[in-house]
Amino acid sequence: MNKYETVIGLEVHVELNTKSKMFCRCSVDYFGAKPNTHTCPVCLGLPGALPYINKQAIEDCMEIGLALNCEISNLSRFERKNYFYPDLAKGYQISQYRWPLCINGWLEVENEKGEKVVIRINRAHQEEDTGKLTHSNGETLIDYNRSSVPLVEVVTEPDFRDTAEVRDYAKKLQQLFRYLGVSNADMERGDMRLEANVSVRLEGTKELPSYRVELKNINSFRFMVAAIEYEVKRQIEALEKGEKLVQETRGWDENKKQTFVQRVKEEANDYRYFPDPDLPVLEFTSAEVGQMKNDLPELPWEKLERFVEDYEISLNNAKILTEERISADLFEEAIKQGLEKQIKPQQIANFIVNQKIKLDSEEDIASILESIANKKVDMIEDESELIRLVQEAITENKDSADAYKSGKLGALNVILGSVMKKSNGKVNADKIRQLLEDNLK
Amino acid sequence: MKLSQDQVKKVANLANLTLTSEEEDKYADQLSDVLSYIDQLNLVDTKSAEPTFNVTDLSNVLADDEITPSLEQDAVLQNASAKKDGFFVTKGVFENE
Ligand SMILES: [Zn+2]
Repeated sequence: MNKYETVIGLEVHVELNTKSKMFCRCSVDYFGAKPNTHTCPVCLGLPGALPYINKQAIEDCMEIGLALNCEISNLSRFERKNYFYPDLAKGYQISQYRWPLCINGWLEVENEKGEKVVIRINRAHQEEDTGKLTHSNGETLIDYNRSSVPLVEVVTEPDFRDTAEVRDYAKKLQQLFRYLGVSNADMERGDMRLEANVSVRLEGTKELPSYRVELKNINSFRFMVAAIEYEVKRQIEALEKGEKLVQETRGWDENKKQTFVQRVKEEANDYRYFPDPDLPVLEFTSAEVGQMKNDLPELPWEKLERFVEDYEISLNNAKILTEERISADLFEEAIKQGLEKQIKPQQIANFIVNQKIKLDSEEDIASILESIANKKVDMIEDESELIRLVQEAITENKDSADAYKSGKLGALNVILGSVMKKSNGKVNADKIRQLLEDNLK
Repeated sequence: MKLSQDQVKKVANLANLTLTSEEEDKYADQLSDVLSYIDQLNLVDTKSAEPTFNVTDLSNVLADDEITPSLEQDAVLQNASAKKDGFFVTKGVFENE
């Protein structure tokens, strides 16, 4: 069998949590509302209505772009994407095409081997969401409450080579949106939506494949990863059989654990984009952009790095502690208060992670510090540190280790004693016994 | 410049119009005439002219993120040709964007 390489590009749509819509001042708080109660002449596309741009949405989009290392275009414009599907009443979606707000960014992610790879970001542009359609009994019911809610689209180059990268990227984006406070980025509610373009090519080829399969309408990270893995397998099998793959859109059937065709694209869509004459251009000076970049909050991956460096906690602990901005902030507050009581950052980190504590208020801090202070000794709980101690003791007590392996089980106590001594008794003996047994298998 | 029948079909499709083959013929002629007429604009040298996308010449006109009341549901639906439980109703459409 030939060797293949996977080529994946991602499009992420995120609904912003502004108060009002993108081009009118209707409330975006439509979730659970009665249909067509959050609309006005602008978002219904009534003749003569004049859209005007939501300042907050533009700032949010720029923050996203800057956090993803994009340049902000000196000049950007909105364009009309024309089509007849009735999810928008105007007959077109206001989007950005030739003059997107943010371009040429990148984000570092981890691949399945744990190596860091750079994913290029083509653009992050501003557009509007569509209304919600419900199909039943040959009829389509339309609710325009969601129509024109601010939406940002982040498009990558086809740089992903495995699903670990895809997952890491999507998680990082979700985390970023929440850190920036621009969206709740809830996948199930549809605040954040993923689309993947998947194809395969012979290893060593440089050109992009002549087809690509678009995976759409998949509302969880897990299903997206499963769908991509299924697709890669399906496509390789088809190519090996000499079949020709076509441009199509597929969804994911969780019951059958397979993708299915939603739509075959015979020709490229012709959206006849043209600049929206109702909307003035956006222009930003490099000074304005520089100021904005300065004002960005600390990004999750920056915080992660700083926690490892400044507080000397493990990468794993730092990842867990920086998952959400609020818990990261509370952790740092706990460190400040802990210092006064001679409690070290590592102790706090280990305690929070080992006890699976979810930090979400100031009160949590006091109780955590009290629990740690009440413990007689500050136990070593960091797993990697424990393993290091265990392995060191095994090397230093080679005879006992060999004896244990040959059946003299009592020899384990010698090594256990060595670990206790090394750690000044700050380890849990049962835990160490377990680790020794695992390491001497 | 003569439009082919295929080009007329494509334009009709983009405009969501269904044409008979006689109409396709007829519009191929008519649209070709229109295009030839418009073609005269190519006689003007526009090398140094910037395209006009927007007549106001404004930039960065942005509105504060503040909510104003929306229309009442009754008002929104008053001109709809079909409605049901607060929804607009159309004949079934499949996703084809
Ligand atoms: Zn509106």
